[in-house]
Amino acid sequence: MSLAGTIKKGYVRPLDLKHGRVDMGHGAGGRAMAQLISELFAAAFANEHLDRGDDAAVLPAPAPGERLVVATDAHVVSPLFFPGGDIGCLSVHGTINDLAVMGARPLYLAASFILEEGFPLANLARIVQSMAHASREAGVPVVTGDTKVVEQGKGDGAFITTTGVGALPHGRDIGGANARAGDAILVSGTLGDHGMAIMAQRESLAFDSEIASDTAALHGLVAAMLDAVPAIRVLRDPTRGGLATTLNEIATQSSVGMELDEAAIPVQPQVAAACELLGLDPLYVANEGKLIAICAQEDAERLLAAMRAHPLGERAAHIGTVTADPNAFVQIRTSFGGRRMVDWLSGEQLPRIC
Amino acid sequence: MKYVDEFRDGTLARKLADAIAREADPARNYAFMEFCGGHTHAISRYGVTDLLPANVRMIHGPGCPVCVLPIGRIDMAIRLALSHPDVTICTYGDCLRVPASDGLSLLKAKARGADIRMVYSAADALALAQKMPEREVVFFAIGFETTTPPTALVLSQAQALGLANFSVLCNHVLTPSAILTILESPEVRELGTVPLDGFIGPAHVSTIIGSRPYAFFAEEYRKPVVIAGFEPLDVMQAIRMLIRQVNDGRAEVENEFTRAVSEEGNLKAQGLVSEVFELRRSFEWRGLREVPYSALKIRAPFAAWDAEAKFGLEFVSVPDNRACECGAILRGVKTPIDCKLFGTVCTPENPMGSCMVSSEGACAAHYNYGRFRDIPVVAGTAS
Ligand code: SF4
Repeated sequence: MSLAGTIKKGYVRPLDLKHGRVDMGHGAGGRAMAQLISELFAAAFANEHLDRGDDAAVLPAPAPGERLVVATDAHVVSPLFFPGGDIGCLSVHGTINDLAVMGARPLYLAASFILEEGFPLANLARIVQSMAHASREAGVPVVTGDTKVVEQGKGDGAFITTTGVGALPHGRDIGGANARAGDAILVSGTLGDHGMAIMAQRESLAFDSEIASDTAALHGLVAAMLDAVPAIRVLRDPTRGGLATTLNEIATQSSVGMELDEAAIPVQPQVAAACELLGLDPLYVANEGKLIAICAQEDAERLLAAMRAHPLGERAAHIGTVTADPNAFVQIRTSFGGRRMVDWLSGEQLPRIC
Repeated sequence: MKYVDEFRDGTLARKLADAIAREADPARNYAFMEFCGGHTHAISRYGVTDLLPANVRMIHGPGCPVCVLPIGRIDMAIRLALSHPDVTICTYGDCLRVPASDGLSLLKAKARGADIRMVYSAADALALAQKMPEREVVFFAIGFETTTPPTALVLSQAQALGLANFSVLCNHVLTPSAILTILESPEVRELGTVPLDGFIGPAHVSTIIGSRPYAFFAEEYRKPVVIAGFEPLDVMQAIRMLIRQVNDGRAEVENEFTRAVSEEGNLKAQGLVSEVFELRRSFEWRGLREVPYSALKIRAPFAAWDAEAKFGLEFVSVPDNRACECGAILRGVKTPIDCKLFGTVCTPENPMGSCMVSSEGACAAHYNYGRFRDIPVVAGTAS
């Protein structure tokens, strides 16, 4: 995009964040791109590392005795805006949570944007502000980034990839392979909120009460949990595939079985109702602000109390027990009184017809 | 969820379970078929089997519309979508994953560029046709009597609107003929070889067709039928009613689902359906092969909205894997684990036969919910 002729030399007309649209020039490396970066991204994310404007961020090494942890996550959610959040805050929370559930202290984020030509700058600004707000609130700055523009029809408005760097104290070992028979299984709150919020919005289903996404950064909660019980064995955020898939992953990694108590699993009534309507099972629906914790049975009460004392863990619950089962089956005692498996999801969860 | 929770009450369930245990005669075995996938789902999802005495066995019938849809019918939709770039196929979500020929499914055809969309209702498909006059919108309609009236409605609306870019690929099937086929099979007819002591009749289907069509089975085949709702307590109550009939030597149609089902059903819906549809002489069911007069086709006055006529679509039968035991499972002669392919070659990710296709099929239900029962767990909870 050439600005010559349209503006006086030396002057730059500010980005029209109200009516403007992303065009190929915003990714072409020229003035338009520089302007987008300085007026939108740099302004929103401002911090000492990003402000240097270099190609990479130079960061201090972690404290002695700490190890580096890296996680990356691509976000392609549709719709981009949904009750309770948008792709921007989601992309910050998702990566922070990936670090947090390793027991790491999230330090920095890198973000890359793939924008579609024609995407309204107003929407982009909303997304970026939301990201900036989420990263500031979490205390994890975006220190470097990249922007590309693809032709119309070759993207879905906006895709965001975030990479996070965190520090892990020496000796801390939290991982999916650590569950042992007899351990307690806890969740930090109600399940399925994010997935149903997205689905309700996408299918424009009108429910009596609005379902909002639970998207949130969990590192504060994790820190409080680790203070109470430093020997937590497994932490994981049950995002895509929900609780069921995540527990199957852990069961396989640890070669153990699990036995859940359906009555103890927290699900909001409106989420349960929406799932019922669509023929979905809330155990398989995505979450963005919840975690699963597995710890020794004797630590369970203390850990649960610590979770409930934190605003993001108020509805935490003890939902089951790890069992010795080389088949790695996850089973559930239904509130009806029977028993069944909670298996891996096959394919995408699609609504039933009758 | 108040309305629903009271039908899933664990305390009530235990009381019912005790009553069933008391009433079931320990000297005999009871085998009941729940025809409908909705019941299969409730039984597996809530672990109803655990609440039944060992001598009461449930057999999963063919009543899942996705499971009994023959591969050849999905092939028709896929071929249409791939060969006509201006065609948009709309269908219910659970049809999308059903494996078809050439390693395709509607979902995979979509990835190859076919325009295939998921809708929640026939009306959504019609609305889409109105919104996109430049495209040919084809509604791939499946289901039993429950989903037929909405399809009939959109067909009559399309006719009234003169909507030229909308048509229906009709795969609607009928419950009573399928039950008849099962009862007519040699193993079931020959008394004693296959114990089938009664049926749980479908709930939603019966809200439309009423309970009367089942009277025939009760009389002709001396099999009790209890029509039941889809909640687990409904199912348990129905089992108890069936046990009582068997004990009394009765074979009647009883209605557990009086909160929604009447004897005649919904006459208005039946009228609409018979105005738009007529019987097909024969229709292939996955797992049951050709079943006479078991499906519906669109009547001639609606030919302009019949995708089969409009696009000249031909059905080509595609056999299931030879080792697949679906037919025998659907007739109650075998159980999923009697099939050599179960869980190894045939899994929910890669189903070989109809019973594995949707989660309501007998094999899929057992694979997803009950597999743990086949494999003795070495140790219980260690602590
Ligand atoms: S396991 Fe598969 S192949 Fe065997 S009967 Fe079931 S559906 Fe058919």
